[in-house]
Amino acid sequence: MFIVKYIKDVFNGVKSLLIGMRRTGYYFTHHKEIITEQYPDNRDTLVLADRFKGEVVLLHDENNEHACTGCTACELACPNATIKIVTKFDITPEGKKKKAIDKFVYHLELCTMCNLCIVACPTDAIKMAQTFEHSVFNRADLTKILNKPDSKIREGIE
Amino acid sequence: MFNPTWALVMEMIIAGIAVIGLFAVLGLVLVLMERRVAAWMQIRLGPNRVGPFGLLQSLADTLKLLVKEGMTPDGSDKFLFNLAPFIAMIVAMLLMAPIAFAKNFQLWDLNIGVLYVTAVSSIMVISILMAGWASNNKYSLMGAMRSGAQIVSYELSAGLSILTVVVFSGSLNITDIINAQADGWWIFKGHIPVIISFVIFIIAVTAETNRAPFDLAEAESELTAGFHTEYSGMKFALFFLAEYINVFIVCAIGATLFLGGWMPFHIGHWEAFNHVMDYIPSSVWFFGKTFFLIFVIMWFRWTFPRLRIDQLLNLEWKYLLPISMFNLLLATAVAILGWHF
Repeated sequence: MFIVKYIKDVFNGVKSLLIGMRRTGYYFTHHKEIITEQYPDNRDTLVLADRFKGEVVLLHDENNEHACTGCTACELACPNATIKIVTKFDITPEGKKKKAIDKFVYHLELCTMCNLCIVACPTDAIKMAQTFEHSVFNRADLTKILNKPDSKIREGIE
Repeated sequence: MFNPTWALVMEMIIAGIAVIGLFAVLGLVLVLMERRVAAWMQIRLGPNRVGPFGLLQSLADTLKLLVKEGMTPDGSDKFLFNLAPFIAMIVAMLLMAPIAFAKNFQLWDLNIGVLYVTAVSSIMVISILMAGWASNNKYSLMGAMRSGAQIVSYELSAGLSILTVVVFSGSLNITDIINAQADGWWIFKGHIPVIISFVIFIIAVTAETNRAPFDLAEAESELTAGFHTEYSGMKFALFFLAEYINVFIVCAIGATLFLGGWMPFHIGHWEAFNHVMDYIPSSVWFFGKTFFLIFVIMWFRWTFPRLRIDQLLNLEWKYLLPISMFNLLLATAVAILGWHF
């Protein structure tokens, strides 16, 4: 019947609108729960989402050692040439030559925080940090060398 | 000292200044209220930087708009372009005339107050069409055309739902309608037909004032800003102000017709209760009811998604108009047979 369907449509429409209004009405009357951050005021207690991606960092442990083998998988994965890995050859105690990174160059000004390099890394040497205050006065400051001076690859990482 | 003509002129000037002052205050208060309501509904805080609790935010915005350059685009029709915002404001000012703000406090108590309001409010669409056409911008024109179709259609059901109350109170005079509600507001006395027409009225005036979910004339995500895309500075501010003033006016009309205007909450012949209610000033009742309705309309805006133009016209011509026509018949039957309180 047309008229039954018509009345049903009106009824269901009104009901669904009222459900929506109940939700926003609940939020309006319970506004203690705030999802936004009062950013410059609460810099010390800022809560960021786990998935927030600020910049790429190379992880170093307390012995100034990292897990980067210089395989350049991240460099290949990067869609806009943000990462450039300069390799060198270390001489191992046995007298063999071994490939290692000289410089892990990271162009923050080109990075879109797409996370592809992190996914590509076979040794989990790099990760996304949650820092975001990246503004500098000189563009060149955005080109960063991620490996710390005199750092070397951790034992047992191939 | 003054002859009657000069006295009338002075009266007019005082009334004009009062209306402009009310406009300015309402604009500031409503913009702040809207931003707060929006923020709280979206679990945010809203403006909280300028002044205590952000109360001076809309004042700061007004100051910014005042010092901005009022641009007129090269390809536009300059006369119409500059005229449109003033027509929007003049219509809003004219609509202030028959509203009773408190007991015996009314600018112009004319005997066809309700008809006057419905007639004058339809001039609003001319300023929107004028702005859209004169801007020489396809988005503006599109927004204006949508707005034209929308306002013309929704006026029908708004008018029919207003007629329900006119049928019950038997008068077009705002004062008579309010006095008829001395023993209970129409929404309680007229029960089912008046409640239905109240709901339809609220939906229709939300559409008439171009507010979300019916804000197709502006539709930020589709048409940048619709008919006022090309406007800047104070000319934009006039449109912005006119929108909020119109919201206030339609809510004031709704409060007057359905919720008794300045009439305190009275129940039939409970004399003692009615006397207690009379101690609350009538202006408090009027503004309380009006701001409650404004809150409801803001609640709509921050809950519902925008309709498409075909859905919008479907809603009016297939649902609201037939329902309000049947409802008017029902209301007439109820009024004639005396089935109301």
